[in-house]
Amino acid sequence: MPTQPDTLLQLEGVTKDYGARVVTHVLRGIDMMVEPGEFLALTGPSGSGKSTLLNLVGLLDRATAGRIRFLGSDVAQLDEAETTALRGRGIGFVFQFHHLLPAFTALENVMLPLLADRGRRDREMHERAAALLEEVGLGARASYRATDLSGGEQQRVAIARALVMRPPLVLADEPTGNLDTESGDQVFRLLRTFNERYGTAFVIVTHDERRAAHCDRIVHLIDGLVASDSGHKVRS
Amino acid sequence: MPFELIVALRYLREGRTQTWLILTGVGVGVGVIIFLSALITGLQESLVARTLGTQAHVVVRPREEMPRVLRPGGDVVLDARIERPAQRIRSIVQWQRARDEIARLPGVVETSPTIAGPAMAERGDGGSAVTVRGIEPETYRRIVNLDAFLRGGRLDFDGFHAVIGTELARYLGLSVGDRFRLRAGGDAGGVYTVSGVLDLGNKDLNQRLVFVSLRAAQSMFRLEGGVSTLEVKGTEIYGAEPLAREISRRTGLVADSWMRTNEQLLIALRSQSASSLTIQAFVILAVALGIASVLAVSVTQKSREIGILRAVGTSRGQVMRIFLIQGSILGLLGSAGGIALGAALALIFSRLAQNPDGSPTFAMALGTALYLRSAVLALGVGVVAAILPAWRAARMQPAQIIRYG
Repeated sequence: MPTQPDTLLQLEGVTKDYGARVVTHVLRGIDMMVEPGEFLALTGPSGSGKSTLLNLVGLLDRATAGRIRFLGSDVAQLDEAETTALRGRGIGFVFQFHHLLPAFTALENVMLPLLADRGRRDREMHERAAALLEEVGLGARASYRATDLSGGEQQRVAIARALVMRPPLVLADEPTGNLDTESGDQVFRLLRTFNERYGTAFVIVTHDERRAAHCDRIVHLIDGLVASDSGHKVRS
Repeated sequence: MPFELIVALRYLREGRTQTWLILTGVGVGVGVIIFLSALITGLQESLVARTLGTQAHVVVRPREEMPRVLRPGGDVVLDARIERPAQRIRSIVQWQRARDEIARLPGVVETSPTIAGPAMAERGDGGSAVTVRGIEPETYRRIVNLDAFLRGGRLDFDGFHAVIGTELARYLGLSVGDRFRLRAGGDAGGVYTVSGVLDLGNKDLNQRLVFVSLRAAQSMFRLEGGVSTLEVKGTEIYGAEPLAREISRRTGLVADSWMRTNEQLLIALRSQSASSLTIQAFVILAVALGIASVLAVSVTQKSREIGILRAVGTSRGQVMRIFLIQGSILGLLGSAGGIALGAALALIFSRLAQNPDGSPTFAMALGTALYLRSAVLALGVGVVAAILPAWRAARMQPAQIIRYG
């Protein structure tokens, strides 16, 4: 598959196996492209390989075979430090259980990626994190500990944290899966707002067909293969 | 403030109870080390000071007299039985030259010519066997601080003046200004006036030693112009043995260090040091295991958070440093508490262990060097103890731990 000049993420024949004696083939050859600013839903039944694919795309794990290109780099060729740097600057994460650090305030949680990247605190990162918290409607809760916020609020803090590095891609693993309908809708709207406002591409894993229908493109996985892709021709 | 330090401090603050418990553990450990070090070092310094208070680091004397066997040439087989002769007080040949040569050696602070020989101290019908030491007061007092032992009178050795120990004074009923006779074989000796009384801190020495001038001893032991021993003080107390060997090599004389003449004391000191070090090693091990176990638990508890940190761009090195810094902080803060505890224990002990006159039995060897050494040790132990948990944290696979914890 030739690389498109404006392609953000490209996967070619990506496979992922687990186990040594008993091998489980979780991904069995994924071909897929994500372009800048896309709002993509990744759907599929449990065990279809959605989260595994997200981990590979998020550079949290390595593919068994195939090639992943992100921002023009073949990620298999990167060493540990380069992978960490590319992940930190290029990809934001929103997890189902938000995973905020309880020892830090909401503002500090948002600042964490900047702090890890720059090594020490500075005024600009503080202002940027505070502005993002305002955008997710939690400006007044900046000094609250993560544990003192509601589930919906924590997920909004996690969204702000995912966006603070201004990454071109945010990966969201069932971001509304642990929230009530109202909070879930609010969070989903927020993702859409950031997608439109900043042109950030979102890949959202969801079981919720209603929410998937609100995405620009739906990629459906079954048994480690792309079963359908509303934006691309389905691979036979 | 660096990122790693911020996270490390938050983690320690978050696990407050664990942090306080391990800080207490490190503090008690360092406290025990401080107390033991101060106690053992103080005790040893006191013992060595008492031993060396009355003797030189090295004593140089002539070789023992032994008859030589004259070997006839040719095929004659000789069967000789050498009879060991009785030793007499002899002078070091060309002792001024030997003294100058010794004084030029590096590590030598002072040399003093002396004569030591046996005599009888008599007063009326009473008498006591003594060792007469003829000294050159100016140089000898720089080796043995006689002034510190003076309990009465003054250190006057002119003419027929002598300084004696408290026990001899008591035994012969002598006090400052009284006269007594010193007899050293035949009719040698004379009548001396007690000019001063010393308490050398040892009953036997107080009974046995009589100090006179070098000239008086030369006359008493018929060594006119000669000396039987050269006493040497070096810069390093524990450098006495190599110094003695060097003196012997250079001069051909017999040189005995205080370490050889007090071998039993040295063995006792070494045994003491070894047992103290063993205890300290186990304390350090316990402290290290304490820190390591707390950090290992922390790594397990925070595995998901470590995964999040890795996901948001924290490198393996940064994760490792977060835990190494925690180990360092635990070591340093614990050592601060331990220093206070150890110093307090040492001070309490020195108040409890007192001489009958209320003075401390010996001075506890507390000081900045000990505090610094303990702090550096605790810091090192903290870092080393944190290596394994930190390494484990850094090697965690973020995808796995975010999903499964």
